[in-house]
Amino acid sequence: MITALEALLRCLAVLVVFLTFPLVIGQTEHKVMAHMQGRLGPMYAGGFHGWAQLVADGVKFAQKEDIVPAGADRRVFQLAPAVALLPYLLVLIAIPVGPGGFVGQALDAGLFFVLAVMGVGVLGSLMAGWASANKFSLLGGIRSAAQLLAYELPMLLAAASVAMAAGSVSLTGILGAFHWWWVPWQIVGGFVFFTAGLAELQRPPFDMPVADSEIIFGAYTEYTGLRFALFLLSEYAGILVLCALTAVLFLGGWHGPLSADLGWLWTLLKTFALAFVVIWLRVTYPRLREDQLMRFAWIVLIPLALAQLALTGIVKVVIS
Amino acid sequence: MPPLPSGSADHSGRADHTHQHGGSAGSGSSGGFPGRGLAKGLAVTLRTMTRRSVTHQYPDAQPELPPRSRGVIALLEENCTVCMLCARECPDWCIYIDSHKETLPAVDPNARARTRNVLDRFAIDFSLCMYCGICIEVCPFDALFWSPEFEYAETDIHELTHEREKLREWMWTVPPPPALDPSAEEPKEIAAARKAADKLAAAEAAAAAMPPGEEPTL
Repeated sequence: MITALEALLRCLAVLVVFLTFPLVIGQTEHKVMAHMQGRLGPMYAGGFHGWAQLVADGVKFAQKEDIVPAGADRRVFQLAPAVALLPYLLVLIAIPVGPGGFVGQALDAGLFFVLAVMGVGVLGSLMAGWASANKFSLLGGIRSAAQLLAYELPMLLAAASVAMAAGSVSLTGILGAFHWWWVPWQIVGGFVFFTAGLAELQRPPFDMPVADSEIIFGAYTEYTGLRFALFLLSEYAGILVLCALTAVLFLGGWHGPLSADLGWLWTLLKTFALAFVVIWLRVTYPRLREDQLMRFAWIVLIPLALAQLALTGIVKVVIS
Repeated sequence: MPPLPSGSADHSGRADHTHQHGGSAGSGSSGGFPGRGLAKGLAVTLRTMTRRSVTHQYPDAQPELPPRSRGVIALLEENCTVCMLCARECPDWCIYIDSHKETLPAVDPNARARTRNVLDRFAIDFSLCMYCGICIEVCPFDALFWSPEFEYAETDIHELTHEREKLREWMWTVPPPPALDPSAEEPKEIAAARKAADKLAAAEAAAAAMPPGEEPTL
Protein backbone atom coordinates (compact mmCIF):
# COMPACT_ATOMS: atom_id res chain seq x y z
CA MET A 1 0.00 0.00 0.00
CA ILE A 2 2.73 2.38 1.08
CA THR A 3 4.87 1.52 -1.94
CA ALA A 4 1.96 2.03 -4.31
CA LEU A 5 1.26 5.43 -2.76
CA GLU A 6 4.92 6.34 -2.96
CA ALA A 7 5.10 5.31 -6.61
CA LEU A 8 2.03 7.41 -7.30
CA LEU A 9 3.55 10.40 -5.54
CA ARG A 10 6.79 10.01 -7.46
CA CYS A 11 4.90 9.86 -10.75
CA LEU A 12 2.93 12.92 -9.76
CA ALA A 13 6.11 14.82 -8.93
CA VAL A 14 7.61 13.85 -12.29
CA LEU A 15 4.42 14.99 -14.00
CA VAL A 16 4.58 18.36 -12.26
CA VAL A 17 8.21 18.78 -13.30
CA PHE A 18 7.27 17.74 -16.81
CA LEU A 19 4.54 20.36 -17.00
CA THR A 20 6.43 23.26 -15.45
CA PHE A 21 10.12 22.99 -16.34
CA PRO A 22 9.64 23.09 -20.13
CA LEU A 23 7.64 26.28 -19.63
CA VAL A 24 10.45 27.74 -17.53
CA ILE A 25 12.89 26.89 -20.30
CA GLY A 26 10.53 28.35 -22.89
CA GLN A 27 10.18 31.58 -20.96
CA THR A 28 13.95 31.72 -20.49
CA GLU A 29 14.30 31.31 -24.22
CA HIS A 30 11.90 34.20 -24.81
CA LYS A 31 13.88 36.51 -22.57
CA VAL A 32 17.43 35.34 -23.30
CA MET A 33 16.86 35.38 -27.04
CA ALA A 34 15.35 38.84 -26.83
CA HIS A 35 18.23 40.28 -24.84
CA MET A 36 20.81 38.61 -27.06
CA GLN A 37 19.16 40.45 -29.93
CA GLY A 38 19.00 43.75 -28.07
CA ARG A 39 15.26 43.45 -27.43
CA LEU A 40 13.21 43.07 -24.26
CA GLY A 41 10.94 40.18 -25.18
CA PRO A 42 7.49 39.76 -23.63
CA MET A 43 6.79 42.51 -21.09
CA TYR A 44 3.04 42.53 -20.47
CA ALA A 45 1.56 39.09 -19.78
CA GLY A 46 1.36 38.55 -16.03
CA GLY A 47 2.58 42.01 -15.13
CA PHE A 48 6.22 41.44 -14.22
CA HIS A 49 8.41 41.19 -17.32
CA GLY A 50 5.88 39.03 -19.11
CA TRP A 51 6.41 35.99 -16.88
CA ALA A 52 3.02 34.55 -17.89
CA GLN A 53 3.58 34.83 -21.63
CA LEU A 54 3.57 31.07 -22.17
CA VAL A 55 0.40 30.71 -20.11
CA ALA A 56 -1.22 33.29 -22.36
CA ASP A 57 0.08 31.40 -25.40
CA GLY A 58 -1.38 28.20 -24.01
CA VAL A 59 -4.77 29.83 -23.52
CA LYS A 60 -4.62 31.12 -27.08
CA PHE A 61 -3.72 27.70 -28.49
CA ALA A 62 -6.51 26.06 -26.52
CA GLN A 63 -9.05 28.45 -28.04
CA LYS A 64 -8.06 27.72 -31.62
CA GLU A 65 -9.90 25.30 -33.85
CA ASP A 66 -8.41 21.83 -34.11
CA ILE A 67 -8.32 21.16 -37.84
CA VAL A 68 -7.58 17.83 -39.49
CA PRO A 69 -6.96 18.17 -43.23
CA ALA A 70 -9.46 16.35 -45.46
CA GLY A 71 -6.85 14.10 -47.06
CA ALA A 72 -5.04 13.31 -43.84
CA ASP A 73 -4.77 9.94 -42.18
CA ARG A 74 -6.99 11.05 -39.29
CA ARG A 75 -6.02 8.58 -36.61
CA VAL A 76 -2.27 8.88 -37.14
CA PHE A 77 -2.50 12.65 -37.55
CA GLN A 78 -4.28 13.03 -34.23
CA LEU A 79 -2.04 10.60 -32.42
CA ALA A 80 1.27 12.13 -33.52
CA PRO A 81 1.54 14.94 -30.90
CA ALA A 82 1.08 12.44 -28.09
CA VAL A 83 3.76 10.18 -29.58
CA ALA A 84 6.08 13.16 -29.78
CA LEU A 85 5.46 14.35 -26.24
CA LEU A 86 4.96 11.30 -24.01
CA PRO A 87 8.38 9.65 -24.46
CA TYR A 88 10.00 12.64 -22.78
CA LEU A 89 7.70 12.19 -19.79
CA LEU A 90 8.76 8.54 -19.56
CA VAL A 91 12.44 9.47 -19.83
CA LEU A 92 12.06 12.00 -17.06
CA ILE A 93 10.94 9.26 -14.68
CA ALA A 94 14.30 7.51 -15.01
CA ILE A 95 16.60 10.51 -14.57
CA PRO A 96 18.20 10.67 -11.11
CA VAL A 97 18.05 14.11 -9.53
CA GLY A 98 19.78 13.61 -6.19
CA PRO A 99 21.57 10.92 -4.20
CA GLY A 100 19.67 8.38 -2.12
CA GLY A 101 16.78 7.45 -4.39
CA PHE A 102 15.87 10.97 -5.49
CA VAL A 103 14.60 9.64 -8.81
CA GLY A 104 11.19 8.86 -10.26
CA GLN A 105 12.03 5.22 -10.75
CA ALA A 106 15.58 3.86 -10.72
CA LEU A 107 16.04 1.37 -13.55
CA ASP A 108 18.86 -1.17 -13.88
CA ALA A 109 19.12 -0.58 -17.61
CA GLY A 110 18.39 3.12 -17.24
CA LEU A 111 20.69 4.27 -20.02
CA PHE A 112 19.18 1.83 -22.52
CA PHE A 113 15.68 2.78 -21.48
CA VAL A 114 16.35 6.49 -21.74
CA LEU A 115 17.99 6.37 -25.16
CA ALA A 116 15.47 3.94 -26.61
CA VAL A 117 12.49 5.95 -25.43
CA MET A 118 13.99 9.25 -26.57
CA GLY A 119 14.29 7.78 -30.05
CA VAL A 120 10.55 7.16 -30.03
CA GLY A 121 9.89 10.87 -29.68
CA VAL A 122 11.12 11.49 -33.20
CA LEU A 123 8.51 9.04 -34.47
CA GLY A 124 5.94 11.71 -33.60
CA SER A 125 7.23 14.08 -36.26
CA LEU A 126 7.58 11.20 -38.71
CA MET A 127 3.94 10.27 -38.14
CA ALA A 128 2.89 13.89 -38.42
CA GLY A 129 4.82 14.33 -41.67
CA TRP A 130 3.37 11.20 -43.23
CA ALA A 131 -0.21 11.62 -42.08
CA SER A 132 -0.64 15.29 -43.02
CA ALA A 133 -1.02 14.59 -46.77
CA ASN A 134 1.09 17.64 -47.46
CA LYS A 135 4.30 17.61 -49.45
CA PHE A 136 6.04 20.05 -47.13
CA SER A 137 5.06 17.97 -44.13
CA LEU A 138 6.32 14.87 -45.87
CA LEU A 139 9.63 16.54 -46.67
CA GLY A 140 9.95 17.63 -43.07
CA GLY A 141 9.14 14.14 -41.85
CA ILE A 142 11.72 12.58 -44.16
CA ARG A 143 14.32 15.09 -43.03
CA SER A 144 13.47 14.18 -39.43
CA ALA A 145 14.01 10.52 -40.28
CA ALA A 146 17.33 11.17 -41.97
CA GLN A 147 18.45 13.28 -39.06
CA LEU A 148 17.40 10.65 -36.55
CA LEU A 149 19.32 7.96 -38.42
CA ALA A 150 22.43 10.10 -38.68
CA TYR A 151 22.53 11.39 -35.12
CA GLU A 152 21.28 8.46 -33.10
CA LEU A 153 24.53 6.61 -33.78
CA PRO A 154 27.02 9.17 -32.37
CA MET A 155 24.67 9.75 -29.45
CA LEU A 156 24.62 6.04 -28.60
CA LEU A 157 28.39 5.73 -29.02
CA ALA A 158 29.01 8.69 -26.72
CA ALA A 159 26.63 7.27 -24.12
CA ALA A 160 28.29 3.88 -24.46
CA SER A 161 31.61 5.49 -23.62
CA VAL A 162 30.25 6.69 -20.29
CA ALA A 163 28.66 3.33 -19.59
CA MET A 164 32.01 1.70 -20.31
CA ALA A 165 33.82 4.07 -17.98
CA ALA A 166 31.38 3.38 -15.16
CA GLY A 167 30.95 -0.30 -15.91
CA SER A 168 27.20 0.15 -15.56
CA VAL A 169 24.20 1.06 -17.67
CA SER A 170 22.15 2.21 -14.70
CA LEU A 171 22.02 5.99 -14.46
CA THR A 172 22.34 5.94 -10.69
CA GLY A 173 25.18 3.43 -11.06
CA ILE A 174 26.99 5.72 -13.48
CA LEU A 175 26.62 8.63 -11.07
CA GLY A 176 27.77 6.46 -8.20
CA ALA A 177 31.01 5.66 -10.02
CA PHE A 178 31.60 9.29 -11.05
CA HIS A 179 34.85 11.08 -10.24
CA TRP A 180 35.62 14.69 -11.08
CA TRP A 181 38.31 13.73 -13.62
CA TRP A 182 35.64 12.06 -15.71
CA VAL A 183 34.66 15.47 -16.98
CA PRO A 184 37.93 16.13 -18.91
CA TRP A 185 38.16 12.43 -19.74
CA GLN A 186 34.71 12.29 -21.32
CA ILE A 187 34.56 15.85 -22.60
CA VAL A 188 34.62 14.87 -26.28
CA GLY A 189 31.89 12.33 -25.66
CA GLY A 190 29.88 15.01 -23.87
CA PHE A 191 30.24 17.34 -26.84
CA VAL A 192 29.15 14.63 -29.26
CA PHE A 193 26.22 13.60 -27.07
CA PHE A 194 24.98 17.15 -26.58
CA THR A 195 25.34 18.08 -30.24
CA ALA A 196 23.69 14.92 -31.46
CA GLY A 197 20.91 15.46 -28.94
CA LEU A 198 20.37 18.98 -30.28
CA ALA A 199 20.08 17.53 -33.76
CA GLU A 200 17.59 14.92 -32.57
CA LEU A 201 15.47 17.62 -30.99
CA GLN A 202 15.64 19.56 -34.27
CA ARG A 203 16.89 22.62 -32.45
CA PRO A 204 18.71 25.34 -34.37
CA PRO A 205 21.29 25.16 -35.92
CA PHE A 206 20.03 21.65 -36.77
CA ASP A 207 16.42 22.60 -37.50
CA MET A 208 16.17 21.63 -41.17
CA PRO A 209 13.10 19.45 -40.54
CA VAL A 210 11.16 22.59 -39.62
CA ALA A 211 13.13 25.06 -41.78
CA ASP A 212 10.44 27.70 -42.13
CA SER A 213 12.04 29.43 -45.11
CA GLU A 214 12.17 26.19 -47.09
CA ILE A 215 9.33 23.88 -46.05
CA ILE A 216 6.97 26.13 -44.05
CA PHE A 217 7.05 24.31 -40.71
CA GLY A 218 7.99 20.82 -41.80
CA ALA A 219 5.97 18.04 -40.29
CA TYR A 220 3.93 20.45 -38.17
CA THR A 221 2.66 22.56 -41.06
CA GLU A 222 -0.92 21.26 -40.92
CA TYR A 223 -1.27 21.33 -37.15
CA THR A 224 -3.36 23.89 -35.31
CA GLY A 225 -4.46 24.68 -31.81
CA LEU A 226 -3.67 22.38 -28.93
CA ARG A 227 -1.99 19.67 -31.01
CA PHE A 228 0.44 22.22 -32.39
CA ALA A 229 1.09 23.45 -28.84
CA LEU A 230 1.85 19.87 -27.81
CA PHE A 231 4.51 19.64 -30.51
CA LEU A 232 6.05 22.88 -29.28
CA LEU A 233 5.90 21.61 -25.70
CA SER A 234 7.60 18.40 -26.76
CA GLU A 235 10.50 20.44 -28.13
CA TYR A 236 11.03 22.13 -24.77
CA ALA A 237 10.48 18.92 -22.83
CA GLY A 238 13.13 17.45 -25.12
CA ILE A 239 15.54 20.24 -24.18
CA LEU A 240 14.91 19.51 -20.51
CA VAL A 241 15.51 15.79 -20.98
CA LEU A 242 18.60 16.26 -23.13
CA CYS A 243 20.16 18.75 -20.72
CA ALA A 244 19.36 16.63 -17.68
CA LEU A 245 20.84 13.55 -19.39
CA THR A 246 23.98 15.39 -20.44
CA ALA A 247 24.35 16.72 -16.91
CA VAL A 248 23.91 13.25 -15.45
CA LEU A 249 26.16 11.40 -17.89
CA PHE A 250 28.96 13.87 -18.50
CA LEU A 251 28.88 16.59 -15.83
CA GLY A 252 28.44 14.43 -12.78
CA GLY A 253 24.76 15.10 -12.04
CA TRP A 254 24.38 15.66 -8.32
CA HIS A 255 28.13 15.69 -7.61
CA GLY A 256 29.48 18.96 -6.31
CA PRO A 257 30.15 20.68 -2.97
CA LEU A 258 27.62 19.66 -0.28
CA SER A 259 26.23 17.04 -2.63
CA ALA A 260 24.77 15.04 0.25
CA ASP A 261 22.21 17.76 1.01
CA LEU A 262 22.14 19.87 -2.13
CA GLY A 263 22.63 17.21 -4.79
CA TRP A 264 19.31 17.98 -6.45
CA LEU A 265 20.29 21.64 -6.69
CA TRP A 266 23.48 20.72 -8.52
CA THR A 267 21.54 18.61 -11.00
CA LEU A 268 19.11 21.45 -11.60
CA LEU A 269 21.89 24.02 -11.96
CA LYS A 270 23.77 21.93 -14.49
CA THR A 271 20.56 21.18 -16.38
CA PHE A 272 19.58 24.82 -16.64
CA ALA A 273 23.09 25.93 -17.52
CA LEU A 274 22.98 23.49 -20.43
CA ALA A 275 19.50 24.70 -21.38
CA PHE A 276 20.95 28.19 -21.52
CA VAL A 277 23.63 26.90 -23.89
CA VAL A 278 20.91 25.37 -26.08
CA ILE A 279 19.20 28.75 -26.32
CA TRP A 280 22.49 30.53 -26.83
CA LEU A 281 23.36 28.27 -29.76
CA ARG A 282 19.97 28.90 -31.30
CA VAL A 283 20.44 32.66 -31.17
CA THR A 284 23.99 32.59 -32.46
CA TYR A 285 24.13 30.18 -35.37
CA PRO A 286 22.25 30.10 -38.65
CA ARG A 287 20.65 26.89 -39.84
CA LEU A 288 22.91 24.36 -41.51
CA ARG A 289 22.09 23.03 -44.94
CA GLU A 290 20.80 19.50 -45.17
CA ASP A 291 24.04 18.19 -46.72
CA GLN A 292 26.17 20.03 -44.15
CA LEU A 293 24.11 18.40 -41.45
CA MET A 294 24.75 14.92 -42.82
CA ARG A 295 28.43 15.63 -43.40
CA PHE A 296 28.78 16.88 -39.86
CA ALA A 297 27.20 13.75 -38.41
CA TRP A 298 29.09 11.20 -40.47
CA ILE A 299 32.55 12.71 -40.80
CA VAL A 300 32.83 14.68 -37.55
CA LEU A 301 30.63 13.34 -34.80
CA ILE A 302 30.87 9.61 -35.44
CA PRO A 303 34.70 9.55 -35.71
CA LEU A 304 34.87 11.72 -32.59
CA ALA A 305 32.54 9.37 -30.74
CA LEU A 306 34.58 6.36 -31.83
CA ALA A 307 37.79 8.08 -30.76
CA GLN A 308 36.25 8.79 -27.37
CA LEU A 309 35.18 5.16 -27.08
CA ALA A 310 38.74 4.04 -27.84
CA LEU A 311 40.18 6.53 -25.34
CA THR A 312 37.77 5.35 -22.67
CA GLY A 313 38.72 1.74 -23.32
CA ILE A 314 42.45 2.48 -23.16
CA VAL A 315 42.22 4.51 -19.96
CA LYS A 316 39.96 1.87 -18.43
CA VAL A 317 42.47 -0.88 -19.17
CA VAL A 318 45.38 1.23 -17.90
CA ILE A 319 43.82 2.13 -14.55
CA SER A 320 42.38 -1.31 -13.75
CA MET B 1 35.85 20.80 -34.24
CA PRO B 2 36.65 21.47 -37.90
CA PRO B 3 34.55 24.42 -39.01
CA LEU B 4 31.91 23.91 -41.62
CA PRO B 5 32.95 25.90 -44.67
CA SER B 6 30.14 28.38 -45.19
CA GLY B 7 28.96 28.70 -41.62
CA SER B 8 32.32 29.58 -40.21
CA ALA B 9 33.03 32.06 -42.99
CA ASP B 10 29.77 33.83 -42.22
CA HIS B 11 30.62 34.07 -38.59
CA SER B 12 34.11 35.35 -38.85
CA GLY B 13 32.70 38.00 -41.16
CA ARG B 14 30.07 39.00 -38.64
CA ALA B 15 32.48 39.00 -35.75
CA ASP B 16 34.79 41.27 -37.70
CA HIS B 17 31.99 43.64 -38.31
CA THR B 18 31.21 43.97 -34.63
CA HIS B 19 34.91 44.24 -33.92
CA GLN B 20 34.83 47.74 -35.32
CA HIS B 21 31.99 48.76 -33.04
CA GLY B 22 32.41 46.73 -29.93
CA GLY B 23 36.17 46.58 -29.80
CA SER B 24 36.35 42.83 -29.20
CA ALA B 25 39.68 41.21 -28.55
CA GLY B 26 41.53 39.40 -31.30
CA SER B 27 42.86 40.54 -34.61
CA GLY B 28 42.04 39.42 -38.12
CA SER B 29 39.57 36.76 -39.13
CA SER B 30 41.69 34.00 -40.64
CA GLY B 31 43.98 31.69 -38.77
CA GLY B 32 43.76 30.73 -35.14
CA PHE B 33 42.27 27.54 -33.82
CA PRO B 34 39.50 25.79 -35.75
CA GLY B 35 36.04 26.97 -34.80
CA ARG B 36 37.34 30.41 -33.88
CA GLY B 37 34.59 32.07 -35.88
CA LEU B 38 32.00 29.99 -34.07
CA ALA B 39 33.39 31.08 -30.71
CA LYS B 40 33.37 34.69 -31.83
CA GLY B 41 29.73 34.37 -32.77
CA LEU B 42 28.92 33.10 -29.30
CA ALA B 43 30.85 35.99 -27.78
CA VAL B 44 28.88 38.51 -29.82
CA THR B 45 25.49 37.24 -28.64
CA LEU B 46 26.67 36.96 -25.04
CA ARG B 47 28.03 40.49 -25.09
CA THR B 48 24.79 41.80 -26.57
CA MET B 49 22.86 40.11 -23.76
CA THR B 50 24.81 41.96 -21.10
CA ARG B 51 24.17 45.33 -22.74
CA ARG B 52 21.04 47.41 -22.31
CA SER B 53 18.45 46.55 -24.91
CA VAL B 54 17.54 49.19 -27.44
CA THR B 55 13.78 48.68 -27.17
CA HIS B 56 11.70 51.80 -26.56
CA GLN B 57 8.68 50.88 -24.49
CA TYR B 58 6.54 53.32 -26.38
CA PRO B 59 3.03 53.25 -24.95
CA ASP B 60 4.51 53.14 -21.43
CA ALA B 61 7.24 55.68 -22.08
CA GLN B 62 6.89 58.56 -24.51
CA PRO B 63 9.59 58.77 -27.15
CA GLU B 64 12.05 61.63 -27.05
CA LEU B 65 11.45 63.21 -30.42
CA PRO B 66 13.80 65.73 -31.99
CA PRO B 67 12.33 69.25 -32.02
CA ARG B 68 11.99 69.26 -35.80
CA SER B 69 9.92 66.07 -35.93
CA ARG B 70 7.24 66.08 -38.58
CA GLY B 71 4.36 64.81 -36.50
CA VAL B 72 1.37 66.92 -37.50
CA ILE B 73 0.72 70.31 -39.06
CA ALA B 74 -0.63 72.94 -36.67
CA LEU B 75 -2.43 76.12 -37.67
CA LEU B 76 -2.08 79.49 -36.00
CA GLU B 77 -5.28 80.84 -37.51
CA GLU B 78 -4.74 84.36 -36.14
CA ASN B 79 -1.91 84.69 -38.65
CA CYS B 80 -3.80 83.24 -41.61
CA THR B 81 -4.83 85.73 -44.30
CA VAL B 82 -6.53 83.16 -46.55
CA CYS B 83 -3.94 83.77 -49.24
CA MET B 84 -4.50 80.14 -50.35
CA LEU B 85 -0.82 79.60 -51.09
CA CYS B 86 -0.70 76.49 -48.95
CA ALA B 87 -3.75 74.94 -50.56
CA ARG B 88 -2.40 75.61 -54.05
CA GLU B 89 1.10 74.36 -53.36
CA CYS B 90 -0.04 71.19 -51.63
CA PRO B 91 1.02 68.34 -53.96
CA ASP B 92 -1.89 66.12 -53.03
CA TRP B 93 -4.50 68.77 -52.47
CA CYS B 94 -5.28 67.85 -48.93
CA ILE B 95 -5.87 71.35 -47.56
CA TYR B 96 -9.43 72.69 -47.69
CA ILE B 97 -10.00 76.41 -47.18
CA ASP B 98 -13.32 78.28 -47.23
CA SER B 99 -13.53 82.02 -46.63
CA HIS B 100 -15.57 85.10 -47.28
CA LYS B 101 -14.84 88.81 -47.50
CA GLU B 102 -15.98 91.27 -44.90
CA THR B 103 -16.22 94.99 -45.53
CA LEU B 104 -14.80 97.20 -42.83
CA PRO B 105 -16.41 100.65 -42.59
CA ALA B 106 -14.09 103.48 -43.61
CA VAL B 107 -12.25 105.15 -40.75
CA ASP B 108 -12.09 108.46 -42.55
CA PRO B 109 -15.07 109.95 -44.46
CA ASN B 110 -12.68 110.60 -47.38
CA ALA B 111 -11.42 107.04 -47.52
CA ARG B 112 -13.14 104.08 -49.09
CA ALA B 113 -14.30 101.04 -47.18
CA ARG B 114 -11.71 98.25 -46.83
CA THR B 115 -12.34 94.52 -47.31
CA ARG B 116 -10.70 91.78 -45.40
CA ASN B 117 -10.66 87.97 -45.71
CA VAL B 118 -12.28 85.94 -42.96
CA LEU B 119 -11.42 82.27 -42.57
CA ASP B 120 -14.49 80.00 -42.45
CA ARG B 121 -12.91 76.61 -42.76
CA PHE B 122 -9.37 75.33 -42.68
CA ALA B 123 -9.03 71.55 -42.78
CA ILE B 124 -6.19 69.16 -43.57
CA ASP B 125 -6.91 65.62 -44.65
CA PHE B 126 -4.10 63.67 -42.98
CA SER B 127 -5.08 60.53 -44.85
CA LEU B 128 -3.85 62.29 -48.00
CA CYS B 129 -1.09 64.42 -46.51
CA MET B 130 2.40 63.12 -47.28
CA TYR B 131 4.11 65.31 -44.70
CA CYS B 132 6.24 67.08 -47.31
CA GLY B 133 5.96 70.35 -45.39
CA ILE B 134 5.62 72.50 -48.53
CA CYS B 135 2.58 74.29 -47.03
CA ILE B 136 4.65 75.27 -44.01
CA GLU B 137 7.56 76.42 -46.16
CA VAL B 138 5.34 78.46 -48.43
CA CYS B 139 3.21 80.22 -45.80
CA PRO B 140 4.34 83.87 -45.85
CA PHE B 141 2.56 84.78 -42.60
CA ASP B 142 3.86 82.04 -40.29
CA ALA B 143 0.45 80.47 -39.83
CA LEU B 144 1.49 76.82 -40.26
CA PHE B 145 3.95 74.92 -38.08
CA TRP B 146 5.28 71.42 -37.60
CA SER B 147 4.29 69.82 -34.31
CA PRO B 148 5.93 66.63 -33.02
CA GLU B 149 2.52 65.36 -31.87
CA PHE B 150 1.88 62.01 -33.56
CA GLU B 151 -0.83 60.17 -31.61
CA TYR B 152 -3.86 61.00 -33.74
CA ALA B 153 -4.70 57.63 -35.25
CA GLU B 154 -8.38 57.09 -36.02
CA THR B 155 -10.44 54.01 -36.73
CA ASP B 156 -12.15 55.62 -39.71
CA ILE B 157 -10.26 57.24 -42.56
CA HIS B 158 -12.82 60.06 -42.76
CA GLU B 159 -11.99 61.12 -39.24
CA LEU B 160 -8.45 61.95 -40.33
CA THR B 161 -9.68 65.21 -41.88
CA HIS B 162 -8.99 67.61 -39.04
CA GLU B 163 -10.71 70.99 -38.85
CA ARG B 164 -9.30 74.31 -37.72
CA GLU B 165 -10.17 73.88 -34.04
CA LYS B 166 -8.10 70.72 -33.83
CA LEU B 167 -5.29 72.27 -35.89
CA ARG B 168 -5.31 75.29 -33.57
CA GLU B 169 -5.09 73.03 -30.52
CA TRP B 170 -1.99 71.40 -31.95
CA MET B 171 -0.39 74.83 -31.94
CA TRP B 172 0.18 74.37 -28.19
CA THR B 173 2.40 71.36 -28.88
CA VAL B 174 4.68 73.25 -31.27
CA PRO B 175 8.09 73.61 -29.64
CA PRO B 176 9.72 77.05 -29.50
CA PRO B 177 12.05 77.74 -32.43
CA PRO B 178 15.66 76.73 -31.87
CA ALA B 179 17.91 79.40 -30.44
CA LEU B 180 20.08 81.37 -32.83
CA ASP B 181 23.77 80.62 -33.20
CA PRO B 182 25.88 82.55 -30.67
CA SER B 183 27.34 84.96 -33.24
CA ALA B 184 24.33 85.10 -35.51
CA GLU B 185 22.85 88.34 -36.78
CA GLU B 186 20.07 89.75 -34.62
CA PRO B 187 16.54 88.98 -35.77
CA LYS B 188 15.12 91.87 -37.83
CA GLU B 189 12.27 92.63 -35.41
CA ILE B 190 14.58 92.90 -32.47
CA ALA B 191 17.11 94.99 -34.40
CA ALA B 192 14.41 97.47 -35.42
CA ALA B 193 13.03 97.67 -31.89
CA ARG B 194 16.48 98.18 -30.44
CA LYS B 195 17.21 100.96 -32.95
CA ALA B 196 14.02 102.82 -31.96
CA ALA B 197 14.76 102.37 -28.26
CA ASP B 198 18.32 103.62 -28.67
CA LYS B 199 17.11 106.69 -30.51
CA LEU B 200 14.60 107.46 -27.78
CA ALA B 201 17.17 107.01 -25.04
CA ALA B 202 19.62 109.30 -26.85
CA ALA B 203 16.96 112.03 -27.20
CA GLU B 204 16.07 111.77 -23.51
CA ALA B 205 19.70 111.91 -22.52
CA ALA B 206 20.21 115.00 -24.67
CA ALA B 207 17.15 116.67 -23.08
CA ALA B 208 18.42 115.90 -19.58
CA ALA B 209 21.93 117.18 -20.33
CA MET B 210 20.55 120.57 -21.50
CA PRO B 211 20.65 123.25 -18.70
CA PRO B 212 17.13 124.20 -17.57
CA GLY B 213 15.58 127.40 -18.97
CA GLU B 214 17.74 127.32 -22.07
CA GLU B 215 15.98 126.69 -25.31
CA PRO B 216 17.34 123.75 -27.20
CA THR B 217 18.94 124.89 -30.39
CA LEU B 218 17.36 123.01 -33.22
